[in-house]
Amino acid sequence: MTWIVKNLWLIPALPILAAGISALLKQRSRIPAASLAIGSMAVSFLLSLCAFAHTLGNPDVQTFNFRWFQFGDQWLQLGWVLNPLTAVMLVMVTFVGLLIFIYSTGYMEHDENFTRFFCFLALFAGAMLGVIISNSLLLLFMCWEIVGLTSYLLIGFWYAKPEAAAAAKKAFITTRIGDLGFLIGMAWLYHQAGTLVFYDAGAGCLESSALAALVAHTTVLGLTVSSAIGILIFCGAAGKSGQVPLHVWLPDAMEGPTPVSALIHAATMVAAGVFLIARIYPLMSAAPDGSLSPTVALQVVTWVGAITALFGATIAVAQYDIKRILAYSTVSQLGYMMMGLGVGGVSVGMFHLITHAFFKALLFLGAGSVIHGCSGEQDIRRMGGLHKYMRVTFFAYTAGMLALCGFPLFSGFWSKDAILDAAHTWSVSQLPYYMGALGALLTAFYMMRQMYYVFAGSNRLAASSHDDPQLAAHFEDPAHHGAHHPHESPAVMTGPLVILAAFAVLLGFVGTPAWPWFQSFLNGKPTEFGWAAFTEPGVLPVMVSSSIIVFLGLALGWYFYGRKPIESADAPDAVGQLQPSLYHLLGHAYYVDAIYGATLIRLNTFWSHVCDWFDRWIWNGAVQTVSYFVLGVAWTDNFFDSYIVNAGFDGGCKSVSGGGWLLSLMQGGRIQTYLRIIGCALVALVIFLLWGAKA
Amino acid sequence: MTVAFLILAVLTVAGTAAAMGLRNAVHCVLALTVGFAGVAAIYLQLDAQFVGLTQIMVYVGAVAILAVFAIMMTQRPTAEKPATYSSFWLTGSVIAAGVFAVLARAILTSGATTAAPAEPQISVQQIGDSLMHQYVLPLEIMGLLLTAALIGAVVIAMDHREESK
Amino acid sequence: MSSLQGYLLLSALLFSIGLAGALTRRNAIIVLVGIELMLNSANLNFIAFWRFGPHPEHLTGIMFAIFSISVAAAEAAVGLGIILAAYRHSKTTDLDQMNSLKG
Repeated sequence: MTWIVKNLWLIPALPILAAGISALLKQRSRIPAASLAIGSMAVSFLLSLCAFAHTLGNPDVQTFNFRWFQFGDQWLQLGWVLNPLTAVMLVMVTFVGLLIFIYSTGYMEHDENFTRFFCFLALFAGAMLGVIISNSLLLLFMCWEIVGLTSYLLIGFWYAKPEAAAAAKKAFITTRIGDLGFLIGMAWLYHQAGTLVFYDAGAGCLESSALAALVAHTTVLGLTVSSAIGILIFCGAAGKSGQVPLHVWLPDAMEGPTPVSALIHAATMVAAGVFLIARIYPLMSAAPDGSLSPTVALQVVTWVGAITALFGATIAVAQYDIKRILAYSTVSQLGYMMMGLGVGGVSVGMFHLITHAFFKALLFLGAGSVIHGCSGEQDIRRMGGLHKYMRVTFFAYTAGMLALCGFPLFSGFWSKDAILDAAHTWSVSQLPYYMGALGALLTAFYMMRQMYYVFAGSNRLAASSHDDPQLAAHFEDPAHHGAHHPHESPAVMTGPLVILAAFAVLLGFVGTPAWPWFQSFLNGKPTEFGWAAFTEPGVLPVMVSSSIIVFLGLALGWYFYGRKPIESADAPDAVGQLQPSLYHLLGHAYYVDAIYGATLIRLNTFWSHVCDWFDRWIWNGAVQTVSYFVLGVAWTDNFFDSYIVNAGFDGGCKSVSGGGWLLSLMQGGRIQTYLRIIGCALVALVIFLLWGAKA
Repeated sequence: MTVAFLILAVLTVAGTAAAMGLRNAVHCVLALTVGFAGVAAIYLQLDAQFVGLTQIMVYVGAVAILAVFAIMMTQRPTAEKPATYSSFWLTGSVIAAGVFAVLARAILTSGATTAAPAEPQISVQQIGDSLMHQYVLPLEIMGLLLTAALIGAVVIAMDHREESK
Repeated sequence: MSSLQGYLLLSALLFSIGLAGALTRRNAIIVLVGIELMLNSANLNFIAFWRFGPHPEHLTGIMFAIFSISVAAAEAAVGLGIILAAYRHSKTTDLDQMNSLKG
């Protein structure tokens, strides 16, 4: 099966090819565009399964490197790597991507830019898969940037809407700021290690010889070089994965279509940051021999992750847009993943990443189904009672919600518990554990709130449509199914929901402490099934306490939002009534955007004014001076040409004419004159000849 | 330098001088006739009888008469007669004298003192034969020339006023 | 002075007289007459040299003279025709007034 290692490049290449062909198609050719995208993704999924099967047999790292171009006496190498981490991510991305592609054919059916959507989706899929299989940090960075580009294109898909265009720009610029750290880290790594290839038969930058060299040097603040590089690369991951303080773009990215939010901003792209840290984990965790405490890089990752987890969860409590709640929830969960990587290692963080991908995609697709059913309404205060009208969506959404909360036996429970367990035993501090626990409580609380607002009670949609003329018009539009209340989505949209719900429930079982197959698979060790794992110290208490936290959170949610049905869309929030000022602060996401606007944006604007002045007066002045000089030369040349050259030329011509006039005087027109002259000449000639002959 | 030659020479020179000097153009042409006749006589004296008689026929009989016709056609009896000599007559005379001086000097200093050979017996048949054999090409060209001159003279001198009507 | 030189002198004199007339007379026809006279003198030259030359039986001089006479006659005809045409245009045969070809 080693052909799969050699042909691993096909997995990203096929979607990119599909994107390229779709770019050339006309907007009307919807079926070819969708078929290309879905077809290429399906083939990539099959190939990913082959790769996965291959790694089941040999969990060692297998690479295929090739030389790209030469500069000086060094060659730039690129390549791809197949190891358990790669295989697991490939299967997840292609599977979830395939389901979301199928979902999109239903969701974007009424959109006129259907073809463009699928072209961008396919391009994104190809780039993301490129990030996963890349064996070189440079190739990873290139695919990383393409992923960022497609994120921009897809967030701003409805570019005519100013909020969407602004959100796309914000996403791109914010992630770019993170990427600056990434680039510096990459350059430093290349300088120190001499190569950017991860695994290269011992010569790669993640292999022991390079790591030993990196650990041996220390730099500013007493950090080892490996930690410093790790922190810089983490800046890029923080931008892409929405960690505090670069999280501001993720909620605004909800301006894009819901399949985009599901695929990119829940399951895959934001997970790319986590994946990057997992990929360079050997670098992050490289410590000098004999050191027991975690490296500074991993500590930074843990603290940032913990802060983000709590931060996102607190804000989600006070949001009203269904997608924004899920967006802040994603921010929070990404914090958990980072925390997991920091305290527990690759397998802990990656386990939560995989389970999160499934249930978050499920939640987003469910939200999309809800929005579609409510004819574009996104405010949860205007929804309600949907459990009657949208049964399949309701059940799938419930499964996803329970998985997210970490309800016992659902997938989220196992993965979040693994993180909390590792945080509990972290040698540096217990604070991340408590922050994570509090975050879990809030997660359960706000998800319960969302469920009650959206699905329970009576439908507030028709009542509020009287106030909103646009919504009323939508309802009375005869083309829109002719219904005055919400309706279930078509099968092409509910099918993926059901499939994802099944995974949300069952996927966790591959990583339970009794059978830690997932963790062992990633670590390359054999696994055994054993109930004894539950009796290890610390495991069961953490599990029980996290279950209690979940139940407590769900109960609080019921207490505030479930006891009395929510009357109308304008009724104030129950928690908001208790603590209005705090609620207001949370609702505006701690005013982070405003703070950035007052400081960084103003600084940037000032700086751009300075540059503009500089450009206008200094550079422009130089250019103008040169141009005036040239003009002066031209004018002098013109003067010279007109008065001197021309005069000379004219003078020459005049003298020729004058000479001609003089000569013409000889033409008297009288024949006898000519004859006389001939006679004279004859005489003169003969005399000359005779005299000459004589002499 | 026989006497006959001298007499004929004087006659010829007098005639031509008069031809160039007289006021009345017709008188000039008549004097010219005398001059041509004198030249013809000199030809006869030089044993070039054919040429001499050709001279009389062509020059005296055609050219001079032609000149008279031309004079008569270009003179208006009522119009004022213009002056005889051009404004630069002195220059012309000097030049002519100069030419004669140069030629005379050349002749006199050349030392051409050949005695006259025996009288050649030229018959017209010989002339005709040589015209047809040795000089046939110049003869034909001469025919062309005369034809062209004939047609050209007619065209030039033709009255073109009738064509415009 | 031999006879040949005498004939040659006569021819030179005739030439000069013809030239003088051609250079000094106003009437175009008389100028043409002067030119005819110059041609005549040249003919005389030819005949004189033929007579006193080594091979009179070759008829060279006579031939030349005959052709010369023919050409002169043709030329006189054409020249007089031109003078007639010019007279019709400018109503005069005065050469001093025919200077419209001046530069």
